[in-house]
Amino acid sequence: MPVDQSDITKVALLARLKIDEADVPQYVENLSNILSLVEQMSEVNTVDVVPMAHPLDAAQRLRADEVTETDQREVFQALAPQVEAGLYLVPRVIE
Amino acid sequence: MHTKTISQLSAALRSGELSSVELTTLFLERIKQHNPALNCYISVTEAEALAAAAAADVRLKAGNAAPLTGVPIAHKDIFCTQRVKTTCGSKMLDNFIAPYESTCTAKFIEAGAVMLGKTNMDEFAMGSSNETSYFGAVKNPWDQARVPGGSSGGSVAAVAARLAPAATGTDTGGSIRQPAALCGLTGLKPTYGRVSRFGMIAFASSLDQAGPITYSAEDAALLMNVMAGFDAHDSTSVEREVPDYSAGLDNSIEGLKIGLPKEYFGEGLDGSIARVIDAAVKEYEALGAVVKEISLPNTGLAVPTYYVVAPAECSTNLSRFDGVRFGHRCDDPKDLFDLYTRSRGEGFGAEVKRRIMIGTYVLSAGYYDAYYLKAQKIRRLISEDFRAAFETVDVIMGPTAPSTAFKLGEKADDPVTMYLSDIYTIAVNMAGLPAASIPAGFVDGLPVGLQVIGNYFDESRLLNVAHKYQQATDWHLQVPQEFQ
Repeated sequence: MPVDQSDITKVALLARLKIDEADVPQYVENLSNILSLVEQMSEVNTVDVVPMAHPLDAAQRLRADEVTETDQREVFQALAPQVEAGLYLVPRVIE
Repeated sequence: MHTKTISQLSAALRSGELSSVELTTLFLERIKQHNPALNCYISVTEAEALAAAAAADVRLKAGNAAPLTGVPIAHKDIFCTQRVKTTCGSKMLDNFIAPYESTCTAKFIEAGAVMLGKTNMDEFAMGSSNETSYFGAVKNPWDQARVPGGSSGGSVAAVAARLAPAATGTDTGGSIRQPAALCGLTGLKPTYGRVSRFGMIAFASSLDQAGPITYSAEDAALLMNVMAGFDAHDSTSVEREVPDYSAGLDNSIEGLKIGLPKEYFGEGLDGSIARVIDAAVKEYEALGAVVKEISLPNTGLAVPTYYVVAPAECSTNLSRFDGVRFGHRCDDPKDLFDLYTRSRGEGFGAEVKRRIMIGTYVLSAGYYDAYYLKAQKIRRLISEDFRAAFETVDVIMGPTAPSTAFKLGEKADDPVTMYLSDIYTIAVNMAGLPAASIPAGFVDGLPVGLQVIGNYFDESRLLNVAHKYQQATDWHLQVPQEFQ
């Protein structure tokens, strides 16, 4: 198996995903199968190949440094689970 | 009336034969009748649709209508729409009402098209069967025990059952073409950057592209005339003139050079599908095209490479769903970490979590070069295969999918088998090329799609090639019996 239970626990932590203990073996199996599929890549010699970041090899467009967006805080905050006085609320971070 | 193409409906609206309100009402009634069984719409926007139809009728009477004015259309629930919820097929966005309109849907509003509703889809567009949707599986109108394909499964089922005359879809690894093939429709994935991604919820940003799902290539051209074009809001949008996609539909295809990649006809392809594709190619030869065998040697690497690139980009894109600013938040978080992990654990379904895990793994410290960088290099090799092929041929043809629609549940427990459903479509996204799937026949009563791949920005030629075939055949006009 390319990955084991401790890998799953570590990756879930990095991804900030709560995974039920009971589901870990299933993840081990699924991820191992997917990584075995992906393993076919290693058979290819890519020593002199330039990585392709964009299908059309386009570069980022630049624009003048001007304000183009207006303040829509209230519109955006209307979507939030919990706000108060224009602030997004989350559980206390510092005791 | 419900089986007519958009081109025919547009003419009928213009001549005053019927009004947009009448036409919209007809489709809303059909949705009420059939959607409970098919589950192709997540939201039906009846009141908004009737208001838009009434406004379209005013415009039609005033004589300043655009070709799609008054024509009903369904949008995949991945496009942000103001005032109507946009779920992306996920519990995470179950009650999300976007604060802005996607460029794609805004262009349809401007053209006067009438949105009937938002269609079901695999969660965050991750799936090939529409079974990963939080809102339940969609049924294939040709056989309701089977999947419609995915991820644009709701869009294709709605159009195939004539619950909308056309729909939008998005395609990251085949999500327009594979379901179009499985439901007997015309679907086009344009060149990467041709249609704006602004307001289209991101899955894998270097692969995602929106396109039309219609009965005919002629209708697809009408939708492309609205959708395509530069958008300053999308940093990967291409600044390039948009042709009139309807103008070249009738061009002769005498002497058209068709390449058949030998890798697309080998092991893994159902023999009965191969026979349908062979017959379609013979039809093209009868229309004057010249066929030659070509090779795309890195074809077999497309799926493995995709399952590094797409999950890596998805894990990055989906990190924005943190339960703080919008989307699902868990009850009673005990601290910030608990809020993040439980909100995401509850909000995302199994397949999305799997892909976030894979993406996080391949991007984690020590693995980046072995996986992501390696995949980006192979991506170039895949693109080079196509570049070489297009030096000797005008279009590439082959099957869209290795089999017809499979049964609900058949592949749901085996991710790798499901991923291989996209074996012929994924390379096109890796290269950023345009490609269409067009109906080419049936096997045991189930539709088969012919994939036509074009060179960069050659959508006009693809539509022309598809249209000429549709002038000579009537596969694209077949309607499932129950929905005639």
